[in-house]
Amino acid sequence: MQKYNLRNSDVVSGAILAALGAYIVTQARFWNYYNPDGPGPGFFPTWYGLLMIGLALALIISTAMKPKPQEQRKDWVGTRRALITWLTFTACVAVMGVLGFRLSFALFTFLLVAFVFQRTLVTAALTAVGATAAFYIVFPVLLGVQLPTGWFGF
Amino acid sequence: MDIADGLLHGFYVALQPTNIFWCFVGCLLGTVVGILPGLGPAATISLLLPLTFSMDPAGGVIMMAGIYYGAKYGGSTTSILLNIPGESSSVVTCLDGYQMARKGRAGAALGIAAIASFVAGTVGIVLLTLVAPPVAAFALRFSSPEYFALMVLGLALVVLLSGPSLIKGLLALLVGLWLTSIGTDIFTAQARFIFGQAPLLGGIEFMVVAIGVFALAEVMANIDGGEESQMLPVPRGLRNLLPTWEDLKACRFAFLNGSVVGFLIGVLPGAGGTIASFISYGLEKAVSRHPEKFGTGVPEGVAAPEGANNADTGGALVPLLTLGIPGGSSTAILLAALIIWGIRPGPLMMQESPDVFWGLVASMYIGNVMLLVLNLPLVPLFAQLLRLPTYILHPFIFGISIVGVYGVTGRLFDTALLAGFGLLGYIMTKLKYPTAPLILGFVLGDSMERALRQSLMMSQGDLTMLVQRPISAVMLALAALVLILPLLSYFNRARVRALAGG
Repeated sequence: MQKYNLRNSDVVSGAILAALGAYIVTQARFWNYYNPDGPGPGFFPTWYGLLMIGLALALIISTAMKPKPQEQRKDWVGTRRALITWLTFTACVAVMGVLGFRLSFALFTFLLVAFVFQRTLVTAALTAVGATAAFYIVFPVLLGVQLPTGWFGF
Repeated sequence: MDIADGLLHGFYVALQPTNIFWCFVGCLLGTVVGILPGLGPAATISLLLPLTFSMDPAGGVIMMAGIYYGAKYGGSTTSILLNIPGESSSVVTCLDGYQMARKGRAGAALGIAAIASFVAGTVGIVLLTLVAPPVAAFALRFSSPEYFALMVLGLALVVLLSGPSLIKGLLALLVGLWLTSIGTDIFTAQARFIFGQAPLLGGIEFMVVAIGVFALAEVMANIDGGEESQMLPVPRGLRNLLPTWEDLKACRFAFLNGSVVGFLIGVLPGAGGTIASFISYGLEKAVSRHPEKFGTGVPEGVAAPEGANNADTGGALVPLLTLGIPGGSSTAILLAALIIWGIRPGPLMMQESPDVFWGLVASMYIGNVMLLVLNLPLVPLFAQLLRLPTYILHPFIFGISIVGVYGVTGRLFDTALLAGFGLLGYIMTKLKYPTAPLILGFVLGDSMERALRQSLMMSQGDLTMLVQRPISAVMLALAALVLILPLLSYFNRARVRALAGG
């Protein structure tokens, strides 16, 4: 008997989008669907929310009914590198209010070059200092663009 | 103002020293990002958009457009020298361009690409100059129902051509519509989907979404890919970059084919340079006396797609400037930029903002000449950019993303959102969800909701009004056709084959 193809990224993403559609429709119910002078704030979200649920279910069903493809080796190394980059960037953004742009960006560049691109610590440190200095010279000094400052005043 | 007067006025604007400078900067940056694989024009325009807010709108749009069409010139360099397309629209150039380079004819291939880009790009702008005024005049008949129908048709075409899965394209579009709903309702001031966060009351800034989904996601996808390629040597000296007379003779039909096909495909929302280049290449091969030689390094195989992806730019600006409907990611960002500068793209743009409209058109003639001059003798210099290590380039893109967002909003909250949209864009790329419908949904969602609600106010809630007016009825019927036809397996197979370039 053919097993349903449920452990699949399209099924998972479809389920998430169906949940998002359900959330949109539920929220839209709290707002007027129709006012005396025309459609209210709930009108448009109700329709695209319903459409989203319908399409997400169609994606889930059409994927689940397909025969399970041959197992393919996934490149988790690349994905891990990309996600580590994102996590480092997010951490840099999170601490920017405390450390300011210069320190947090230098830290981010150092970690990215040293651990994601696997260059030597010296190369990473030089790149971090050079990139931060370049940003400082171009944006606040030459262009007058403000960068986030932290508790230390820079 | 008729076309000749408009164009004269445009040249007066475009030839101002500051505007020539911005045009040059745009063309130079466009060439650079076109050459660098993994950094596209959409990402670059979104990154630089915040820096242009203090500029004169004409100068700003001239520079942004320079990046857009300049990237098309630069995209061929990596296709020819590395067998890696700098832009998606240069994919097909790899087929014959790289083979020419392997045979020691890299210079001729680069020269043909530059000349084809110049010829077709210029023809595309001439056609834009001639076609835009009558289209705008026709669009003056449009009211809210027609605008709503036009946006539905445009988005349907974008979804149709965005990738193999129509459902994923539609879902990406709906997520874009949802994101644009976040904030305060335009008619009733009702807060929607703000999750209790006061900064979301004003909605999500366009740059946050565009930079996150394009720039950050592109860098993450590059880091995920992680492969570096060997570059073939570039001959030095202008003489070695000029194609022979035989090459040019062989390419004469390809120049014409690329120009016409590129412009016509460019006008269609969603189609873009990639599809134009594939169709033009296919047509060139079909009419060739030696189709079997395509893929082995024939000059026509470089000229046709390179011409098409440059003529596409002129075509893509027709719906953007005359109807306010962008056909792809880069034009969606240009639309957002124009709106931020207080300019309303659409049928009245020529009257309301002649400096920007005609200045932009005229600047493209100048920009094309600049690009030819830049690209022919300076290609060996530009090719050196390919030696720039990614571990230096990528942190810079992250840094510019933060500066771009923070510089405009002044809120760290938006940089946190930026990180979120970067992850969203990367996940979409990994799961093969197209990002263009999301960004177009985000850009057009607000206008679409407004047009629909205004239409229903006009008709006192009667939805049939949308199909009772002839223009909107035709456009909605076409949109339905565009979305229903792929349900038939024959049409869907043809669509997927066309998207894959087969």
